[in-house]
Amino acid sequence: MRPDVFSPGAVAAKGAISIRNVTKIYDPDGAQVMAVDNCSMDIAPGEVCMIVGPSGCGKTTLLNAIAGFHSITEGEIILDGVQLCGPRQPLATQSADRIVVFQNGALFPWKTLAENVAYGPMVQRRWPKAECMERARTALKEAGLGAVVDKYPGEVSSGMARRAEIVRALINDPKVLLLDEPYRAMDALTKQIMHEALLEMYDRTKVTIYFITHDLEEAIFLGDKVYVMTTRPCRVKKVIDVNLPRPRDYTTLTTEAFRLLVKEADEAVHEEALKAFKAGEREMA
Amino acid sequence: MSAIAHDVHAGGHSPAPRRQPTGFGMLLYRMKKGLGSSTPYLMMLGVAFWIFAYWLLCEGLSLPRFEKIPGPVTLLSDWLSATPQQGTSIYTPDYYQHIWVSCRRIVIAFLLATALGVPLGLLMGWSRKVKDFTFPLFETLRPIPIMAWVPLAILMFAGYETPVIFLATLASFFATTLNTMLGVQSIDESYFRAAGCLGSRKRDVFWNVVVPGAMPYIFTGLQISIGVAWFSLVAAEMVSGDYGLGYLILSSYVNSVTVPMVIGMLTLGFVGWFSSAIVRFVGNRLMQWHVKALAMQGR
Amino acid sequence: MSAVTIDQTQTPPSRTFRRRSKFERAISSLGFWRGLAGILVFLVLWEAAAYLKTAADFTVPFFGKLPAPTLVAAAALEVVVQPGYWWSWVESFKRVLGGFIIAMILGIPFGLALAVNKYFRDVFFPPFEILRPIPPLAWVPASLIFWPTNEMSIIFVTFLGAFFTIVINVLGGARTIDVRYLRAAQSMGATQWHLFSRIILPGTLPSIFTGAAVGMGITWNVVLAAEMVSGGGSQAGGGLGFFIWSSYMGGSMEHIIVGMISIGIAGYLSSALIRWLGERAMPWQRAF
Repeated sequence: MRPDVFSPGAVAAKGAISIRNVTKIYDPDGAQVMAVDNCSMDIAPGEVCMIVGPSGCGKTTLLNAIAGFHSITEGEIILDGVQLCGPRQPLATQSADRIVVFQNGALFPWKTLAENVAYGPMVQRRWPKAECMERARTALKEAGLGAVVDKYPGEVSSGMARRAEIVRALINDPKVLLLDEPYRAMDALTKQIMHEALLEMYDRTKVTIYFITHDLEEAIFLGDKVYVMTTRPCRVKKVIDVNLPRPRDYTTLTTEAFRLLVKEADEAVHEEALKAFKAGEREMA
Repeated sequence: MSAIAHDVHAGGHSPAPRRQPTGFGMLLYRMKKGLGSSTPYLMMLGVAFWIFAYWLLCEGLSLPRFEKIPGPVTLLSDWLSATPQQGTSIYTPDYYQHIWVSCRRIVIAFLLATALGVPLGLLMGWSRKVKDFTFPLFETLRPIPIMAWVPLAILMFAGYETPVIFLATLASFFATTLNTMLGVQSIDESYFRAAGCLGSRKRDVFWNVVVPGAMPYIFTGLQISIGVAWFSLVAAEMVSGDYGLGYLILSSYVNSVTVPMVIGMLTLGFVGWFSSAIVRFVGNRLMQWHVKALAMQGR
Repeated sequence: MSAVTIDQTQTPPSRTFRRRSKFERAISSLGFWRGLAGILVFLVLWEAAAYLKTAADFTVPFFGKLPAPTLVAAAALEVVVQPGYWWSWVESFKRVLGGFIIAMILGIPFGLALAVNKYFRDVFFPPFEILRPIPPLAWVPASLIFWPTNEMSIIFVTFLGAFFTIVINVLGGARTIDVRYLRAAQSMGATQWHLFSRIILPGTLPSIFTGAAVGMGITWNVVLAAEMVSGGGSQAGGGLGFFIWSSYMGGSMEHIIVGMISIGIAGYLSSALIRWLGERAMPWQRAF
């Protein structure tokens, strides 16, 4: 996909996801709502795949299906040749090879950052307990959180907490990292730093990233591919290949190529956003 | 990128963390700050005013109905005297016997209710099935006021001790169970999901998500529970009992001695307040993460 | 305004599905039947415990002393046709409502005043906090001595039981109102009275109703206790507490349990009434 300029030691890319004709119908008290309609996408190993679409369109439903939080109604999802969920088994098994970073953050508030990071390896019995803690501390230090390893999540800033959450995911060496609008509530400056931190961690691990966002600039800045989704029911409307050179940094944001890509994406998204807004108005009426 | 590199540097050398002033230092600081405002003086004035009003009504003017209630002077002189006129003071061993018996009953009832209520509440909150089967029964029995159980308890259990403990236990059990269940249900779904993604087994989820996540509600529940335990203890001791503060109050009434009655009430208030302070203290000790998070939000 | 009228002229799109009614959903849910099963199992075990006593002469510890639920049902059927039983409902309800309403009338303004004025709080809150931990029942003998009639002392203790809870809830509720609402209103030129009546009062309503619900539970307990302790209604004129107490004196377990169930229902009805009032008074809270 792209040259491994950053980690010559080269971690092999892994985590090819293919989503084939997935449909999801919710059925709360007899009212059938189609969230995802016959949606397919193929994500290459180690690809950063950005999902953009209007609110409530069903992006998160796909993420939940991959992670094993919700079942799917039709279709199948395959990870590295193994079926996660399909007609036989509508609900994927939750496992540490697909880890989610949540919209509002889900670091356990009752554990310190180090305990949070050590939690995954500890319950999986990867290493002895003391070693889990040691490795967690090291990982946090590498991510620039050395000063706060023994703080509780409630005591650190949201930016730090979000970085720690990504560390907590990556220490398990997952195949896929699923991010559900992790930087939604942050200001633009913090976001920029978060993006750079994420790219750095990505370069070290080469994990496949499935990243949901509303922010087009974020999508194009981080992604290899940007999937623009339609409003509910969710389908792929447009796939944009982002062939901006890596490494990318804040100067990328001002290049002509970047601006053109944003414009291309913006046109596709705006149309869907309008449709979604009108649909929302109809529902409220 | 530079910001992160800087952080790594800082983390690598890990400078000694600045400690927040705690304990005694904090207390001194607060006292100094507090004495600068009018609040403590007004509070003293308020208490003094009410005690004066109490004295005036009962002793100073001896208004018609108030004269039957012992005023502050009578009360204190009897409470502190070695030879109390009405039989109860800090020098009579009986007084401590009453306190000791009530406290022992409360401790037993509270521990029993906690040992039963917390596990049951955790299960009800965690497992849909357990809740479905037990909650309706629970909700059928809960509206029956504890007082209504009194005669039944006396008939069901022999002696003085068991009915009283049963009633106090029952009252705290409802409060503890309900709050624990609500506590588990209040845990954000994403913590369960995060635990699932990280490869937890059911047991891990229980000990690392369900129990600590419900902790703040459990302790709120325990505070309520110790309050209702005292409430029903007094009721039960009044109706059936040989010792205890509730018994002291009622027997003084029956024997037409009013000073021990008021002593009993005030003692009861103090002991009740003290026991809930202990529960609060233990809760804050166990939930440093919660206390600190609240402090960060400026609460 | 015009936008609103335009919106109303639009016809909502017809829905292709039909929402099932609340009752239908309850009946078809597994939870309903499981709950019913739980209650039935409890009743059967209880009946079995009573049966063992007569049939096998084996007394199950504690529960074996209770009369069988069928006997209780029989006693209930016999009691509900007597007018005296319904009078005790009326008597108890009168006392509960009396004490409760006085507690609301005095407690809500007192709590609001504590919340609004710092000096008032400094002077009045400490004595309040000193008296609050005393369980309301401990006041029963003192109020029997103080008040000239039993009726008045029962109502006084009932009032105390609800008063402390309501004041604490009102105070807590009023102090957690978001300052932004007050600032927004001030920037729109609200007067002091408007701040109070349009923001502080409605902002405190949820806590008032929480306090009222808790207070109602305490009130029932206190009324029962007072009815039992004050000589079992020798002159206090019945009440459900007296119903239980006289059954206890008469040694009739069946009637004690009938009384307990009646009080459970009465307590449930009163809290349902408060919930209903709360929903009416706070339409913005309905969506949960």
